[in-house]
Amino acid sequence: MLKIKNLHASVEGEKILKGINLEINPGEVHAIMGPNGSGKSTLASVIAGNEDFEVTKGDILFEKANISELSPEERAHKGIFLSFQYPVEIPGVSVTNFIKTSINQVRKAQGQKDMPANEMLKKIREKSALLEMDRKFLSRSLNEGFSGGEKKRNEIFQMAMLEPKLAILDETDSGLDIDALRIVADGVNRLKTKENATLVITHYQRLLDYVIPDVVHVLMDGKIVKTGGKELAKELEEKGYDWLKEERAEMTS
Amino acid sequence: MELKDKLMSSYLAFEEQVDLENDIHEVRNKAIKFFEHTGFPTKKEEAWKYTSLNSILKEDYSIFPKKEDAIDYKDIKKYLIHDIDTYTIVFVDGIYSSHLSRTTHDKLDACLMSSALDKEKYKPVIEKYFNKIVPEDSMSSLNTAFAKEGAYIRIPKNVVAEKPIQIMNFFTSNEAALMVQPRNLIIAEEGSHVQIIERHQSLTDNPVLTNSVTEVYVGKNAEVDYYKIQNDRITSSLIDNTFIKQERDSKCSMHTFSLGGKITRNNLKFYQHGENCDSVLKGVTILEDKQHVDHNTLVHHTQPNCESHQDYKGIFSEKSVGVFNGNVLVDRVAQKTNAFQSNNNILIDDTATCNSKPQLEIFADDVKCSHGCTIGQLDNEALYYLRTRGIPKKEARALLMFAFANKVLSSVKIPEIKKRITKQIALKLGVELGFNL
Repeated sequence: MLKIKNLHASVEGEKILKGINLEINPGEVHAIMGPNGSGKSTLASVIAGNEDFEVTKGDILFEKANISELSPEERAHKGIFLSFQYPVEIPGVSVTNFIKTSINQVRKAQGQKDMPANEMLKKIREKSALLEMDRKFLSRSLNEGFSGGEKKRNEIFQMAMLEPKLAILDETDSGLDIDALRIVADGVNRLKTKENATLVITHYQRLLDYVIPDVVHVLMDGKIVKTGGKELAKELEEKGYDWLKEERAEMTS
Repeated sequence: MELKDKLMSSYLAFEEQVDLENDIHEVRNKAIKFFEHTGFPTKKEEAWKYTSLNSILKEDYSIFPKKEDAIDYKDIKKYLIHDIDTYTIVFVDGIYSSHLSRTTHDKLDACLMSSALDKEKYKPVIEKYFNKIVPEDSMSSLNTAFAKEGAYIRIPKNVVAEKPIQIMNFFTSNEAALMVQPRNLIIAEEGSHVQIIERHQSLTDNPVLTNSVTEVYVGKNAEVDYYKIQNDRITSSLIDNTFIKQERDSKCSMHTFSLGGKITRNNLKFYQHGENCDSVLKGVTILEDKQHVDHNTLVHHTQPNCESHQDYKGIFSEKSVGVFNGNVLVDRVAQKTNAFQSNNNILIDDTATCNSKPQLEIFADDVKCSHGCTIGQLDNEALYYLRTRGIPKKEARALLMFAFANKVLSSVKIPEIKKRITKQIALKLGVELGFNL
């Protein structure tokens, strides 16, 4: 589904990603772990099409098509979704109006008509229940004054509404208490199918106790330095990242 | 001939049309003398620092339009709120059009200033209210000198006007260039309630200059809800002078939607004359091209326990200019005043300009007053966030601009106006929006 080949990216001239190779197939859950500043969030942003980052080398293929030059909205139309680490507050737009606009714009891009109002309403009810969201929540301004947990739940609610092929969860566990974490993880798991894929980006192993990855990658200094099964996450949790740094240092020397 | 000279000589001709025995004539004489002395405002005056009238004063305006009324309802329908029942007072080139209007004397007066000024039975009302809260400034004085026609609205004690009243001013191509000076008087007596919509709309590209004065008296416990729709052509300019006096326990809200026109100046002054008054001043300004809108507001708190809320939002692109000069004056006796003022602006292009100046003068010591002005750009983070949800750049920008203006629209009490303004804003932003605000 997603194939990243020798991806280099920089922001304001500073090189952040230095040759990423990654392949994700339908039905898989991948986790990218790594210390702060290793380039995890940059990778998420580059896949989503953030124009602040410049791809200097390499390609991003999504369903065999090169998407490196596409705008964020075009990528969304193809089925890529990014759950933000820090969702943006937008006063004046309600959650409901926002999601309606989003869904219908995606449908428009795919040559479909607007979703009928009753169908939309039904779907909103269903998906908000999945995330245990209060009805009042939906008429509030998007993310304005939301707690950390509410913001993340709202992200997963949008994901549930949009049903993307590839969902990238950028530090979705940060700022969540244990109950919220369980609700969010439960939501993610229930949205999983054989056709879609999930890329979980996290510093800690905590979320991976709930959303079990098939493959774990460790990102350091802009490169994937180690790839393994779910047990790699546990190992990192116990030993931290330092041993990998040392291992790398030895390898390069 | 300079416009000022033309006006001075026109005044002599004007005197031949009006009843010189009427007490009002003394008021007019005094006003024209004041104008003769001061002339048009210039940028040297603090209150006009950012707005020059030079470009519009050089036209050769007709002061007395021909009495031809050549327009049909179908020409103006789209400018009216026509999907609900209203009283409508229509002026074409400054002259009352009876066939386009729906006035009333049933339970309330929604009719003409000219009859109120002339007819004996209105004399006590005119004596009590006419030109009583208009400050001596050059534009208002000029209007007073030529005061003759406009809307006269009186809502008697405890009457609730069941339909909104529309004051509509249209301009045709009868004149190569036209200057009009409507004079409106609105009296909402104790416990009454009225909604008013005012619009100035040119139907041609011939230059138009409107210098209007509106006096609004809000009696005890009365409520006036006023909407000004300013979406005129780039050839039309408007100097709007509106003065509002509120008695105790009254409420008055003014929404100004400035979406078009060449130069628009809103002089909006609220004078609170009793306790527990509530004044609301809200504005949405969205401009492009070389449009220029200047909001000059004042709320004068003279009594304790009153509130005022000012909230103006502006979005400026291309070479447009926005000015906000918001004054709040709290007298020493006006304790427990709550006065809030906010003015937020977005500059879309580097070529657009915005001048924002809050002025608070507070002489009481137990008050809550706040003000905040911001000038910025659209939030790129927010734009990116919306785009990752499949909303294209253009629509995402429009959505953000809408969201920005939404706070002001949310207090609009007439749904048809809200719908219309929403649509006009969408049209201006060049997008179709599948959501309602």
